[in-house]
Amino acid sequence: MNTKKGSAHPYIPNSAPEVKAKMLKEIGVDDIDELYSDIPETLKFKGNINLPQALPSEYALKRHVEEILSKNQNCEDNLSFLGGGCWQHYVPAICDEINQRSEFLTAYGGEPYEDHGRFQALFEYESLMAELLDMDVVNVPTYDWCQAASTSIRMACRITGRNEILISDTVSPDRLLVINNYCRPIVNIKTLKHCPKTGAIDLNDLKSKISPRTAGVYFENPSYMGFLESQGNALSDIAHENGALSIVGVDPISLGIIVPPNYYGADIVCGDIQGLGVHMNYGGGLAGFIATHDEEKFVMEYPSRLFGITKTAVEGEYGFGDVAYDRTSFGLREKGKEFIGTCSALWGITAGVYLSLMGPEGIQKLGKTIMQKSQYAMKKISEIKGVKAPLFNAPHFKEFIVDFNDTKVPVKEINKSLLKHAIFGGKDLSDDFPQLGNCALYCVTEIHTKKEIDRLVQVLSDVLNRKEIKKRMILK
Amino acid sequence: MKTTRLRKFHQAKWDEPIIFELTKKGERGLLISEAEKEIKESIGDGISALPDNMKRKEAPGLPEISQMRVLKHYLRLSQQCLGADLNVDIGQGTCTMKYSPKINEILIRSPKVTELHPLQDESTVQGALEIIYKLDTFLREISGLSQFSLQPGGGSSAIFAMASIIRAYHEANGEAEQRDEIITTIFSHPSDAAAAASKGYRISTIFQDKDGLPDVEALKNAVSNKTAGLLITNPEDTGIFNPIITEFTRIIHDAGGLCGYDQANANGILGITRAKEADFDLCFFNLHKTFSSPHGCGGPAVGALGVTERLINYLPVPIVGFDGEKYFLNYNLPRSIGKVRGFLGVFPVILRAYAWIMSLGALGLKEAASIAVLNNNYILNKVKQIHGASAPYAKGRHRIEQVRYSWEKLTEETGISTEEISCRMADFGFHLWSSHHPFIVPQPFTIEPTESYSKDEIDEYISALNEVVKEAYQNPEKVKNSPHNSVVHKIDNSTLDNPEKWAITWRAYLKKNKIKE
Repeated sequence: MNTKKGSAHPYIPNSAPEVKAKMLKEIGVDDIDELYSDIPETLKFKGNINLPQALPSEYALKRHVEEILSKNQNCEDNLSFLGGGCWQHYVPAICDEINQRSEFLTAYGGEPYEDHGRFQALFEYESLMAELLDMDVVNVPTYDWCQAASTSIRMACRITGRNEILISDTVSPDRLLVINNYCRPIVNIKTLKHCPKTGAIDLNDLKSKISPRTAGVYFENPSYMGFLESQGNALSDIAHENGALSIVGVDPISLGIIVPPNYYGADIVCGDIQGLGVHMNYGGGLAGFIATHDEEKFVMEYPSRLFGITKTAVEGEYGFGDVAYDRTSFGLREKGKEFIGTCSALWGITAGVYLSLMGPEGIQKLGKTIMQKSQYAMKKISEIKGVKAPLFNAPHFKEFIVDFNDTKVPVKEINKSLLKHAIFGGKDLSDDFPQLGNCALYCVTEIHTKKEIDRLVQVLSDVLNRKEIKKRMILK
Repeated sequence: MKTTRLRKFHQAKWDEPIIFELTKKGERGLLISEAEKEIKESIGDGISALPDNMKRKEAPGLPEISQMRVLKHYLRLSQQCLGADLNVDIGQGTCTMKYSPKINEILIRSPKVTELHPLQDESTVQGALEIIYKLDTFLREISGLSQFSLQPGGGSSAIFAMASIIRAYHEANGEAEQRDEIITTIFSHPSDAAAAASKGYRISTIFQDKDGLPDVEALKNAVSNKTAGLLITNPEDTGIFNPIITEFTRIIHDAGGLCGYDQANANGILGITRAKEADFDLCFFNLHKTFSSPHGCGGPAVGALGVTERLINYLPVPIVGFDGEKYFLNYNLPRSIGKVRGFLGVFPVILRAYAWIMSLGALGLKEAASIAVLNNNYILNKVKQIHGASAPYAKGRHRIEQVRYSWEKLTEETGISTEEISCRMADFGFHLWSSHHPFIVPQPFTIEPTESYSKDEIDEYISALNEVVKEAYQNPEKVKNSPHNSVVHKIDNSTLDNPEKWAITWRAYLKKNKIKE
């Protein structure tokens, strides 16, 4: 483009006509089209791609994109109680400072010599997560929790030589969709009933379904619905007694105050690190982790990169490299473990920065604050007539189900009204979990102030008790 | 004639400890706002709600470090890392290490992006949905296919999604059990084989003929009523365009299979040739490569997955629709494979790709592709003149966007390997990658210049290559013992494959080396 006018696009230096001519001359061709001589005419696309008018001016581009983005309303201008796998936590300034660094942002496949810093930062991420999780092996991040759970399941199947997984029926519908597609047709996924009172997995149902085919039992702490599965030991014991593995999904930000799954027998732990210093980014901040003990039979089943620490030719110098690279699909193609490619490494580095900043006390205090604020929210919400939170009689972390069944007002209508007051109400569960009736999943973190929680409660009770909900919308 | 300078480079070397070694009891990196007094009075410590068996009694063993020291640590680590913004990053062939425009970084840092929750009401995210929808329509034009999903979190995830759609399609036709084989080629990305195998497929790999192209006779022998589909790149990782690609897709279609196009190598052919004309049923583009989103040390990323009309119903849900007034999420895809990633994909990557395309427009995309090809053939001409280097296959022909070269002759004559040359290139501030495994091309190296680097920068890279080759012949020990100017010296890889010694975390390192903190 623009070559006729003699100006190169700023992103394409060698489109400057003189440079281009010089290079062509050196190759010995007259026209760039000649370089495409291997492409048959029948395959060549005639004409121009149908795209909008270009905006080569940086200012024009900025204006154009900002105008589109201005149509978004976000969780800063509104008061949001959305969670369900992507959470609004405070992102420390240094997290952004580091992940915006050109060196990390634009690096990729360098060797440990060019990219020593990338290897060290990701090794440190693995190591910091390992402390939080009390496990000795953590991978370089995979795409997200959905993928981490899926791969944990496939690992369990390879380790045990079995092909059936029992999974709590309270996991997120999104996650279950990913797991089901990732496992089909290799692994059978069977769901386990939960206790309608506590949400916990029904142990009798587990005992009746577990068999010599079972590779693993998968459950989450806290669950998608926010309650804690406190019988982790019993679940792991039943799995182990039957030769199966205990696989636990966990929200790592809870682990300052809640025991890591290793304490109740987990063999493989997975989850998402988005809460650890990464902005929500409309879901683009997700990144998954997998952790195990340092046993060869587990390590050799990871598909992921595993960065390890080693020595160099110089005494006292740390070097880094890929541990057991030959297990990966980079090493062995289809004979490797699943597959590996670009995933979510930058968020791993960011989570490492976050955990370094938080330290042991910070992560404890954060957990405590979230417990206090979410309990306060549940208590206050429950004071509204006809509304109950939490739905399940169990301890909760950060998220909880608000039961609106007795109000007879559909969550959809409640949320519509809340939106008019610049409040994003909790995720409507009535489609995904019809057996719960008219419920919503609320998320309260350290960023919510008392004043904001009180405002939610005030608006909710106004919305439910006054005329804001039109009669025709009321459930029969 | 001006001689190209050989830079007297030295990588930053901070001798920076491991983060745990920085701990000082009582230091704090960040303080958390505590719950308000009234909340505490109403709730208590909050932790009492936990049953005893769920309470973590001892704090996790994270380090205690003051804020500036944490900052300094990570800044120093960043300095010990060469991104495309610093490096002339043409030595990482297949990965399209192009310029990621800074304006796009400004755009993605807007709170209108960072502070969006993926479950917000559609009415509050019309801007985000508009970007997703419009990028989808751009990619339809660029590929000629009918609909894109921007959900997959990378190229390999998109390949897995293609394999999933291929399977779902055959399931719908009652042929899923019978059609249990996917065909790929040895010069296609390892994930074309590996992700399809993860979907339960047996893999049949077509090797190259004497010209470096996948052998069409081998393909004819491989297809059968067991064939589910083909996953293939074109140009392949050799940078050679397969001119009879439509014969490949025809053979697969005749056998009842579907054809998936891995467009990881699309950077040289944007606006030149499309998936549609080559009769592909599915394709994907890496938005983090071809469409300029930065690689971020390995993600986050997007593998934008496109399909023809008849496969739209199989895509992951949701896709974004537009009713003439507003954008909406469409979950109504009756044969959908489900999902391959949480929510809608990596929105910042999608936004950067949108902005990059808008900056260039149709002519600009074609110009980017053409210059990428010009740069590549310019380098090809230079490398062919380096003693000991060669460009196997397609003798005398031009290449598209990259070339897989060989140091075979140099290794024979000097004993110096690709790996050692790469180590020495690091001393000049450059990266040189070998190849995916297996090494079909002996002592391979793969260069892909993209459109982003100036002729002078390319010349500088070539002059470093020339220097290293000169040393290989005249002073091989210098190359063998390299790097000399990097952060660290020759790494001892022997522990990394040894379960007794490998250490994937600091705590494992301390345990295995019996070090007390």
